[in-house]
Amino acid sequence: MADTTLTRTGVLSTADGRPLKSALARAQSRAKWRAFLLVAPLLLFVLVTFVAPIGQMLFRSVHHDGFSRNMPHLSAWFAANPRGTEPGEAAFAALADDLKAARQNRTAGEIGTRINYDLSGTRSLFTATARSADKLAPPYREALLAENRQWGDPRLWEAMRGASGALTPNFYLSALDLQRSPDGGIERAPPENRVYLMLFERTFLLSGIIMVMTLVLGYPVAHLLAVLPLRTSNLLMILVLLPFWTSLLVRTTSWIVLLQSQGVVNNVLVASGVLTEETRLQMIYNQAGTIIAMTHILLPFMILPLYSVMRPIPPSYVRAARSLGASSWCAFRRIYFPQTIPGIAAGALLVFILAVGYYITPALVGGASGQLISNLIAFHMSKSNWSLAAAIAAILLAAVLVLYWLYDRLIGIDNMKLG
Amino acid sequence: MKRLLILSTALAGLALPAAAQQITVLGWGGAYTVSQVEAYHKPFTAKTGIAVISADSDNPATPIKAQVEAKNVSVDVASVEYADAVRLCDEGLLELIDPAILTPAPDGTAALDDFLPGAVTECFVATDVYSTVLAYDTTKFPNGAPTKLADFFDLEKFPGKRGMRKGAKVNLEMALMADGVPAAEVYSVLATPEGVDRAFAKLGTIKSQIIWWEAGAQPPQLLADGEVTMSIAYNGRIFNAAVGDGKPFDIVWDGQVYELEGWVIPKGAPNLQAALDFVAFSTGTEPLAKAAEWISYGPPRVSSGPLVGKFKDGTTDMAPHLPTTAANLTNALSSDLEFWVDRDGELNERFNAWLAAN
Repeated sequence: MADTTLTRTGVLSTADGRPLKSALARAQSRAKWRAFLLVAPLLLFVLVTFVAPIGQMLFRSVHHDGFSRNMPHLSAWFAANPRGTEPGEAAFAALADDLKAARQNRTAGEIGTRINYDLSGTRSLFTATARSADKLAPPYREALLAENRQWGDPRLWEAMRGASGALTPNFYLSALDLQRSPDGGIERAPPENRVYLMLFERTFLLSGIIMVMTLVLGYPVAHLLAVLPLRTSNLLMILVLLPFWTSLLVRTTSWIVLLQSQGVVNNVLVASGVLTEETRLQMIYNQAGTIIAMTHILLPFMILPLYSVMRPIPPSYVRAARSLGASSWCAFRRIYFPQTIPGIAAGALLVFILAVGYYITPALVGGASGQLISNLIAFHMSKSNWSLAAAIAAILLAAVLVLYWLYDRLIGIDNMKLG
Repeated sequence: MKRLLILSTALAGLALPAAAQQITVLGWGGAYTVSQVEAYHKPFTAKTGIAVISADSDNPATPIKAQVEAKNVSVDVASVEYADAVRLCDEGLLELIDPAILTPAPDGTAALDDFLPGAVTECFVATDVYSTVLAYDTTKFPNGAPTKLADFFDLEKFPGKRGMRKGAKVNLEMALMADGVPAAEVYSVLATPEGVDRAFAKLGTIKSQIIWWEAGAQPPQLLADGEVTMSIAYNGRIFNAAVGDGKPFDIVWDGQVYELEGWVIPKGAPNLQAALDFVAFSTGTEPLAKAAEWISYGPPRVSSGPLVGKFKDGTTDMAPHLPTTAANLTNALSSDLEFWVDRDGELNERFNAWLAAN
């Protein structure tokens, strides 16, 4: 530090007469900037690859301008006339104008796709009518109804009204097994089309089961690794890590080879007389397959945090408890177990959140009953209905955040130890 | 094999310093991509010096939307299903292909008259007709094999697990045909709520015995593993397993549902002119016929039919194995594109709900 002098006014200053406080602030701000520049690449990376896509996804889940952007006249009519107005000639004229423009700009498919999300079977109505839109002449109401009677359907007009603004909650309604009634209210989807709520429930249930299974299987293994001499435990650790480093697909398909009804496990059981040819177990392409394969795949995520917490626990604690007369169960329950809770918390949270978002494994081994909600997200992505996929994903994200919050309230996030 | 071909194609591109130009073609992988590499990619490179890089995707239509919307298109030509081509075209995600660039038949017939009806649209040129059929393991039925689609739904006469694709399309049509609906009326029945109920009810009769697959490579594997005794499958995959790998599989052509598949060019393709040249070249009469010698998908050009010779093994005539051969078309259904573009969302939603319910 430079020489400092105490001036007559009582302010500390550096040798060149500047007050020490500002000189220090300047020197520190430079250091802060340098530190920030070191962090900046990561910050930028997180912004670009994480925050922005998630923001975009959330935006997509409530925003679809495929109709409103390409149907300006009709959207304006909806804005000017409140719900309940009978669509008259003015509305049909606006519709005809927009359909003619749609033909020119090749956007009829996009428009129809948007309406088809809310009212099935209408996409071809738009594409077919747009194809012959040039021939439409006033009075447009009669002309369009002559083209196709469906143009008079009140449910169609309700769907178009809903789509006339780019912002819409309809994708969230679909993702919660709800739909719009013809008068604009909200009602439950018909029973044969309800699928999402049930799958959300199943996803959380199966994730919970998998979490418990990994804990039950992983806890003793982590303990063994933690108490063995380092040389032996390192060797065993490789056995834990080797599958961890193997491709997810390879591990999943290995389970198919093992568990299928003509697979290794069934063949061994039949050969040893436990089962007969007729009673071969169906252990894959159902929920059991999903649980078994995902438990195995997620096991390292439980073992590693547990191990990192157990390793530093001195064995003398349990020995001390035993010497003071505790039974082995009591020593475990009151001395050892409480010290491993941070590891259990970390592992459980990690496994649960990973399991909630898994989709390759359930897709390959889950059959019909082992499908999770993420399989439907993937399905809608592949069908180009990104808004619905985004809405389901957003609900999943919200549910996980709520669980995280609950977890923080009940156990405390400070209690978590990842390594 | 496939990787080797991609590698050799890529190396061929490197070995020709003059051929600075190259295009990327996105295909489905497996035997299908092999047929395209042999019949289209290699001859095209030999003729023009433009290297062709072959890439694979589970469904090439899926990345197109993502690439075009992100304005980062790396694919020049993609092989997609007809329905996806129409959908992507309607959404303005594809380049237009002027039918005038297509080569006429050897006898001078204009290209548009030579292709099957609907095989050329403004964004799409068909390369083949593929079919979804009933396939079975011949060793599993010593007392008489299935002969018609309805047998797939007959658990008493033909017990055992069955494989089906996880999705509404084709399954609903087949359920109705097996329930006695003539092929010509399938879509008008399926357009009614009663028809949909009827199809799901028919599927429900065998639901407990179905193993659902997602990728086209799975059904031959399921059959080979003995996991299923019969499966709904793509005819090309079964042919390759049966004739190519000598597996004891056979096909029931009754009730086949056939569809077109072909090239599209994503909007903003980096090498548009070369991509158009490639499309024009590969959909010529001879390359299409040649491709049918590598995989049993029928050529969509009338003039290609007689040119299709023997399979690469040199002994198997291809004609009886193609969906487009007359004998195989006696009770066949052409997949209805408009129907599925309209009803895809609703019927798949119902299918998923039906599937998930126990």
